[in-house]
Amino acid sequence: MIESPSSPLAPLAGAHVRAVHDAFHGDLLEVSMGPHHPSTHGVFRMMVTLDGETVVKLKPVFGYLHRNHEKLGENTTYLGSMPYTDRLDYFCSMTNNWAYALAVEKLAGQAVPDRAEYLRVILAELTRLLNHTCLAGFLLQDAGASGTPLMYAFREREKILDLFESLSGSRMMCNYQRFGGCRVDPTPAWFDAARRVTEEYPRFLDEYEALITGNEILMARTQGVGRLSAALAVSAGITGPMLRACGVDYDLRKAEPYGFYSRFEFRVPLGDHGDTYDRYMIRILEMRESVKILQQALRDIPAGPIFDSKAKIRAFRPKAGEAYGRIEGPKGEIGFYLISDGTGNPYRYRIRPPSFVNLTVLEDMCLGHTIADAVIILGSIDIVLGEVDR
Amino acid sequence: MLGSGIIQGLAVTAKNLVGSFHDPARFTTTQYPEERTKLPENYRNFPFLVADAANDPIGSLRCVACQICEKECPPQCIYIEKSKDKKPDAAGKQQFFPAVFDIDTSVCMSCQICVEVCPFDAIKMDQVFEIATPERFNALLLDRGQLAKPNTYYQQIHPTEAAEVDARLAADRKAGEEKAKAAAAAAAAKAAAAKAAPAAPASTAPSAPKSPAVPGTEAPKPPTTA
Amino acid sequence: MTAPAPLTDSFLERVPLLVRDFITGWFPEPIRWVVAGLLAALTILLVFATIFALLTLLERKIIARVQNRPGPNRTGLPWLPFTEGRVFGLGQPLADGIKALTKEDIVPRDADQVLHFLAPVVLVAFSLMTFAVIPFGRNLVSVDLDAAVLFFFAAGAGTELAVFMAGWSSHNKYSLLAAMRALAQLISYELPLLLSVVPVVMLAGKLSTTGIVAAQAGWKFGFIPRWFVLSPWGAAGFVIFFIAALAESNRSPFDLPEAESELIAGHLTEYSGFKYALFFMAEYFGMMALSGLGVTLFLGGWQAPLPVLEVIPSYLWFGAKLMLLILLFMWIRATLPRLRMDQLTRLAWKFLVPLALINLGNAAFWHLSAAWPGLPLQAVRYAIGVAVIVIPFFLIGRRLSAGVAPRTYRYAP
Repeated sequence: MIESPSSPLAPLAGAHVRAVHDAFHGDLLEVSMGPHHPSTHGVFRMMVTLDGETVVKLKPVFGYLHRNHEKLGENTTYLGSMPYTDRLDYFCSMTNNWAYALAVEKLAGQAVPDRAEYLRVILAELTRLLNHTCLAGFLLQDAGASGTPLMYAFREREKILDLFESLSGSRMMCNYQRFGGCRVDPTPAWFDAARRVTEEYPRFLDEYEALITGNEILMARTQGVGRLSAALAVSAGITGPMLRACGVDYDLRKAEPYGFYSRFEFRVPLGDHGDTYDRYMIRILEMRESVKILQQALRDIPAGPIFDSKAKIRAFRPKAGEAYGRIEGPKGEIGFYLISDGTGNPYRYRIRPPSFVNLTVLEDMCLGHTIADAVIILGSIDIVLGEVDR
Repeated sequence: MLGSGIIQGLAVTAKNLVGSFHDPARFTTTQYPEERTKLPENYRNFPFLVADAANDPIGSLRCVACQICEKECPPQCIYIEKSKDKKPDAAGKQQFFPAVFDIDTSVCMSCQICVEVCPFDAIKMDQVFEIATPERFNALLLDRGQLAKPNTYYQQIHPTEAAEVDARLAADRKAGEEKAKAAAAAAAAKAAAAKAAPAAPASTAPSAPKSPAVPGTEAPKPPTTA
Repeated sequence: MTAPAPLTDSFLERVPLLVRDFITGWFPEPIRWVVAGLLAALTILLVFATIFALLTLLERKIIARVQNRPGPNRTGLPWLPFTEGRVFGLGQPLADGIKALTKEDIVPRDADQVLHFLAPVVLVAFSLMTFAVIPFGRNLVSVDLDAAVLFFFAAGAGTELAVFMAGWSSHNKYSLLAAMRALAQLISYELPLLLSVVPVVMLAGKLSTTGIVAAQAGWKFGFIPRWFVLSPWGAAGFVIFFIAALAESNRSPFDLPEAESELIAGHLTEYSGFKYALFFMAEYFGMMALSGLGVTLFLGGWQAPLPVLEVIPSYLWFGAKLMLLILLFMWIRATLPRLRMDQLTRLAWKFLVPLALINLGNAAFWHLSAAWPGLPLQAVRYAIGVAVIVIPFFLIGRRLSAGVAPRTYRYAP
C-alpha cells in the first residue's frame, strides 16, 4: 500500500496512467498529531506523514513533560526520591516504589521482613489489575467507543484506588514502600476489603469481555494491526505484555523471581501474532492470573513486622557501590540503576522506563496502516507520559 | 455469526443502563459537594504543626526548629527560621522554637516524609483538600499561624495514629519524670552521702524514633467536634 | 396541507388541523396556502428544535446511565418553584444554547470565508427540507408529494455537500481528511440506503410517503399489523436501512468524519460557537429525519400497533416510534467502537449492497406469492422469505469476517 510518488510503476506506464497515479499519490500530507490531541495520552506528539490516510512516516516527538527527574534524584536523598518515583508512571506508583526500593535495598544490603514482601506482591498485583484495566478502557476509547468501556474500567479502578488510599493515604501518589519494608501496616479490615475486590474482579472481567472482546468491530480494528515481530521486539528491548504478545516467554516474575514471586503459582499468557488484539488480550489474561496471585498472597500472608527494625529512615547512607533493581511492572521491566558514593544522595540515578523503551517501535508498527490504526497502536503500547518524558 | 459479539455487547450496556437505576454497585457516583464519602483515616494531604494547647497554638508548638524536615523535604517547600532565644515548652523545658515556619503548599506534594523524619511528632499530615484559591502566590504560602493546629484536631482526623503518638509521648514524659525523680533522688543521695551516682539513662518506647525530651503532652482526649 | 380534517376522526386527531385552520382563517383566501405552508415550516422548526434540545440532554443522560453516571443533573430551571433550581438538569440544553450563542465565532484566517459560513447553513437547510415529506400523523404532512421518497433522498444528499464544504473551507488538515472520509462514507452508504427502500416502493406501488403508510394499514387476523417490518424482506430491509442510516447521519459506529480520537473533531475542528451548534443540530435533524423515514417506510408510519390503541392520536404513535429508533441510535452509540474507513466502505459495498439486492428479489417473491392459499402454504412462503435473506447473510458475513475471529491463547510452559 505504501507507494511513494516515485513508485516503480510510474516510469513504466503511459502518460495517462502516470497522470492518474500522480493525482492519487501526488502530495504527502504531513499532520502534527499532538501534543494537544485527544488520543495522544497526554502530551505526546507524532509527526505523521500520510499518503491518503496511510502512514508512510511517523516521527515521535516527546519531552513536553520533562521534569529532570534523574538529576533531581541525584540531588535528593535516597528517601527523597521515593515520592518522585510515584510520579513517573502515575498509574503504577506501587510498582515504581517497589523497583526503587529494591534497587536501594540491593545497594545497602537491606533485608525485608516476610510480611512486607507479601504486601509488596499484593500491592504490585493490584497495581497490575488497575493498570491493565485502565489500558483496556483507554484502548477502546481510542478505538472510538464513546467512553463506555473506559467508564467501566474506571469504576473498577476506583475500588483498587480506594484500597490504596485507605492504606497509604493517597490514591495515586502512594509513596508506600520504604528501604527495608513498607510504611503502614494494613488493618484486618483492609485485608477484608482487598479480598472482596479480588473476589469480585473476575466477575467484572467477564462482563467487560462480554461487552467488547467478542465485538466484531474491535476484532476487525485490532487483529492484524500493528504487528510486531518477536525478533524486532527482542532487539528493541521491548518488555512486558507487549513482548509477551509477540510470543516471547519473558516475564521477570518467572525469569528472575524477585520478592516472593517464586512462592506463587501463576501462568504467563503468550500471544502468537504480536498485533494489537494480542496486546489487548494478553493484558486481559494477565489480569486473571493476577487475581490468582492475589488470592494466594492474601491467604498466605504471615503476621509479623512490616519494617526491618535495623533499617534507617534518617541519615541513610549506603556504602559506595552500584546496584540495579528491576521488577516486572505492569507496562514492562521497570528498573532503577544507582551508583552510591557513600553520601546521602546517589551519585548516579538512572531509570529504565518500560513505556519509553516500548515506544521506540511505534513507527515500525504503524507504517502501512492508516491514521486510525496509528491511534490504537499507540494506545496498545500503553504509555504514560510521566514516565516517557521523566 | 457476524454480529453476535455486537449483540452481546449491547446486552451488557442495557444491563448497565437498567442496573444504574437500582443497583448501587453499578451506580457508584456520589454527588460531591452535597454528599461526601468518608475519608479514610490514613488519608493525607498537606502537613500541619501540632500544638499542645488549643487556646495558644503558636505558643505551644511541639516543633523545636531542628530543621530536619526542612533538609529532608524532597521539593524543599519548608522554610524554617530558628528562634534566637529559648522558651519553655509544654513541659516547662527550655527549647528553641520556630520563629518562622512556612510551607508552600503550591510546591508541597504531600509525600509525608517530613512526618516520618520528625523526631518530635511535631508535624503531621492534615486532611484538607479544599484549599483552592484564586490567589496564586500568597494564599498558598502557609505560615506557622495557619499551620498550627491543636492536638485535639490531630486526634480527630487520625484517631488510631494519634492515640499511639499520645501514648508514646506520655510514656516518654513519664520516663522523663522518673528520670528527673531518680536524678533528684540521686542528687539527694549524693548530697547525703557526698558521693556521685549518675542516673542511668531512661529507656524510651521501642518503636519510637529517639525522642529524648518531649514531655508535656496532654493525656488523650476524646475527639471533639471542633 | 390544506385539506380539511375529516370529521370522522377523533377530536385529538383533528386538533393540529383545527389550530391551523383557525390561524389561516385570519388571512384572506388567496394567501391562505402560503400561510399554511409557513405555519407548517414554523411548526416543524419549533417542534424539532425543541426535540433536538431535549434529545441532547436525553442522549447525555442515557449514555451516562449506561456508563453508571448520573449525567447532567445540575443545571436546572431556576424560576421553577419547589425544585431548588434543578430538575434532572433540564436547564442544560438552555445553558448549552446560551453558551453556543455567546461564544466567540472563530474563523481561521486562511479559511474560505464564504464557504466556511455557508456550510452550517446549507447543512441545516437541507436537513430541514427532508422533514417536509414525512407524514407525522394521519393528516399531518407538510407537502404531500407524489415522489416524496425521491425528494427525501435528493434533499438528504445535499448534506454531503455541506459536510465537504465545511471540511474543505476550514483549511485544516484534520478537516480535510474528515471531508474526504465524509464524502466516501456518505456516497457509499447512499446506495444500500436507497436499495433497502426500493422494495418498499415496489410493494406499496407508490413513491408517496402517505401512500406507503396507507399501504401498511389494517391488521392480519385483526391484531397483527401489516407493517412492512413484520415480513421477512421488510425486517431485512429495515436492518439494512437502519445500518445505512447510522452511517448517513454520522452516528457511532460510523462517526468517522468527526472521529474524536483520530481527527479531533473532523470537519468541525475549526468551528466554534453557534456554527458548531448548527452542525450539531443538523446532525440531530438528520438522525430524526432518517428515523422518521424509517418509521414511515417500515414501521407503519403513524399507525397504531393494535386496533384498540387507535384512540391515541396518530401523531403520538409516530412520535413514540421515532423515539424508539432514536433510543436505538443512542444505545448503539453507547456500546460500539468505531470502524476504520476501509472497513466501513467494505461493509457497504461487499455486505449491505449485495444483501439489499438479494432482498429486492426476496420482496419480489413475497409480492408474487401473496395469493398462495391456505395457512400451510403461507408458512412455507414465510420460511422461504426468511431463508432467502438469512442464508446469504451467513455466507456473505462469513466472507466479510474472514480472518477475524476470537483467539485462544497459550501459556508459557
